[in-house]
Amino acid sequence: MIPEFGQLALALALCLALVQATVPLFGAARGRADWMALARPAAAGQFVFVAIAFGALEYALLTDDFSVSFVASHSNSALPDFYKATAAWGGHEGSMLLWITVLAVWTMAVAAGSRSQPQEFASRVLGVLGIVSAGIIAFALLTSNPFTRLIPAPADGNDLNPLLQDPGMIIHPPTLYLGYVGVAVPFAFAVAALLTGRLDKDWARWTRPWTIVAWMFLTAGITLGSWWAYYELGWGGWWFWDPVENSSFMPWLMTTALLHSLAVTERRGIFKSWTVLLAIAAFSLSLFGTFLTRSPVMISVHAFAADPTRGLFILGLLGLFSGGALALYAARARNFEAEGGFKLVSREAFLLANNLLLVIAAGVVLVGTLAPLFVDVLGFGTISVGPPYFNLMFLVPVLPLVVLLGMGMHVAWRSMPGDALLRRLRWPAAAAVVVGIAAPLIFFGTASVLTVLAISIALWVCASSLLDPVRRLVFRTGAPLTRGQVGMYLAHFGVGVFMLGATVASAYKVELDVSARPGDTVTAGGYEFVFKDVRKLEGPNFVADEGEFELRDAGTLVAVLTPQIRTYQVQREPMTEAAIDTNVVRDVFVALGEPLGDNAWSLRLQVKPLIGFLWLGSGLMVLGGLFAITDRRYRAAVRQTQQAAAQPATGTA
Amino acid sequence: MWRYLVPLAIFLVIGGFFFAGLDRNPNYVPSPLVGKPAPVFSLPSVTDPDSVVSSETLRGRVSLVNVWGTWCVECRHEHGFLVELARAGMPIYGLNVKDDRAAAIEWLATLGNPYASSGFDPEGKAAIDWGVTGAPETFLIGSDGTILHKHISPLTPRVWERDFLPLLRENCGPTDCPFLAAVGGP
Repeated sequence: MIPEFGQLALALALCLALVQATVPLFGAARGRADWMALARPAAAGQFVFVAIAFGALEYALLTDDFSVSFVASHSNSALPDFYKATAAWGGHEGSMLLWITVLAVWTMAVAAGSRSQPQEFASRVLGVLGIVSAGIIAFALLTSNPFTRLIPAPADGNDLNPLLQDPGMIIHPPTLYLGYVGVAVPFAFAVAALLTGRLDKDWARWTRPWTIVAWMFLTAGITLGSWWAYYELGWGGWWFWDPVENSSFMPWLMTTALLHSLAVTERRGIFKSWTVLLAIAAFSLSLFGTFLTRSPVMISVHAFAADPTRGLFILGLLGLFSGGALALYAARARNFEAEGGFKLVSREAFLLANNLLLVIAAGVVLVGTLAPLFVDVLGFGTISVGPPYFNLMFLVPVLPLVVLLGMGMHVAWRSMPGDALLRRLRWPAAAAVVVGIAAPLIFFGTASVLTVLAISIALWVCASSLLDPVRRLVFRTGAPLTRGQVGMYLAHFGVGVFMLGATVASAYKVELDVSARPGDTVTAGGYEFVFKDVRKLEGPNFVADEGEFELRDAGTLVAVLTPQIRTYQVQREPMTEAAIDTNVVRDVFVALGEPLGDNAWSLRLQVKPLIGFLWLGSGLMVLGGLFAITDRRYRAAVRQTQQAAAQPATGTA
Repeated sequence: MWRYLVPLAIFLVIGGFFFAGLDRNPNYVPSPLVGKPAPVFSLPSVTDPDSVVSSETLRGRVSLVNVWGTWCVECRHEHGFLVELARAGMPIYGLNVKDDRAAAIEWLATLGNPYASSGFDPEGKAAIDWGVTGAPETFLIGSDGTILHKHISPLTPRVWERDFLPLLRENCGPTDCPFLAAVGGP
């Protein structure tokens, strides 16, 4: 009975979402306060029923109810409870329910956080979120119901894809979804502004913290996915330009552009229609990601069961949400007037360059991702666009972007004399170039021009980000830094750290595929790998061969590494569990491959310098976002909200 | 102010491509076996260990070879359609892979048996020769024993009409396929 309750709860949530999508919007158009006041209770009720539905699916998974098709397809009685719970997002239907749940959480947060905003505006925002929610719930109920029964029920389930039986998989999808879906909030704010016809600095101040939070989750989610691919897929790569990776990266690039454009709108009251357009584009790309993974349009390792009906439905939703918003934009955007101008050397000009380059970068990824589709539809045959295109083309906008980023942080708003900027930045720039040339030659002995260029640029951003904090903390000069500024410097420092890691890890990695027998010693990247033994091992739902390796540096034991190759009992797919020894400056990576017969095994040995900087850099970006949203001006808004909530009777008067 | 319409125009163009791309088949993996003779095999039957299903069984008429197993949830989804095809006269041979004989017999008893006979391949050795990557997979075999088509993922009426029927019409001689009229209906 519980799955039927879940389905019923989802249907009721749809009804409430439809109320939330219509009544408050009509109320705002007609100026009816009582209609507008329905937005919050409808959102709260929808949240409750969505939570019940999600709980029902979890219940079915944890109690091994294989009469539910989704459970039979994605779980198994031998699966550890932990993974039974997370199997909820191991398949298409469950992941749509997660999408819906996450949207309900965001809607509740917006409902609670918008009490200090004018009722007409807040109810429009919630109304737009209601439209999005209603569309996605209808999609789930009509084409991908997670509660569909399977009769007769199989004795046991098909098991969770072994790739997904990993701690990284427990948090990667929900985090990424919080980001993906969170972009719906700035989208709703943008559409509400188009509906109201008014867009001012207050609007930007309301929108920006939401955008930053969504961006933080996107950053963390993409990083977790990349980290997971790095150690679980067993190839030692961390980014594959797979269509699904791209479809999370494009919203990230757009959201990054959006939060910088919002900075200009908040501060100066300009870039208004551009900001709105970015918000629409970011959400469209996030929906597009949903479309891409759930339709036959793209082939990818991530793709869920492809089904043209689902694809058509999502395409319809994309047309309704994005097409509707863009039509509204075409009709209304001209009303947003700029409140001031700026000179060529000014913060505004640099942020404009930032925006253009980020949008070009997103365009490069979009073209590469869609080219196979376009070529096929136009009848020119099938092509595939791989990493060589992306690795090269992506650098074209990104290298200048990062160079300008180092300067932009130090430019004043409105205008600034160019020579003052140069005077300020010449020492960090010189230091970055000198170290960028010297360090690779000292540590690695060789360096290509592109490597030196990329390392110098990365160091340049790091140095430039540290300039003001060092002045303030060490020399006690200059104005105290606000949290917003600390956040900016931290995040940009993170960009430099990330870029340093990406460059050094790609340019100086050592990869060796060899065959070896227990007893052999293989040397790679300055380390000796002593192959001791391979033994059989039994896990809860898999059997494994586990190799034992001693990692030695000039004879001294550094670590004992135990990579496994697992065979899961139900799906019978061999899975690589690489063993990694990590320290600050490098990872040593051992993966056990195929048995080659006669007791020999194929091995993949890798030494990756500075690869940890990738995760460290992304972590710093997220931390920077955390500082930015706790800035005083946003905390003031929260206090205002709390006061308003404490006196509801007078608050809305 | 036409420039505010530009984003909408770009969106419509991309959306148009998506619409056109909906009919793409992501499971279309050109199998190296298509156009070649079906691999030689000889397996005991699932229901009767003494009788044999082999390459010779397939010869002389157009048939389907369907890869299945009781562990395969997606196989359940296509099973009803297979039973329908068999009832219309389409000869279907099963390749039961990595399965338990008792479970397989029970499955056929409960859900209906669409197979003229099913080869029992508990270790998946014949499946490797056939280039099987998972279940369900369905092969269309010509009367001369050539593989005409390979389909990965459940066989649905839509797939049947789109991929199998045209090949059947093309490859059936006047006497090979007495069932064609029955399976070609809607």
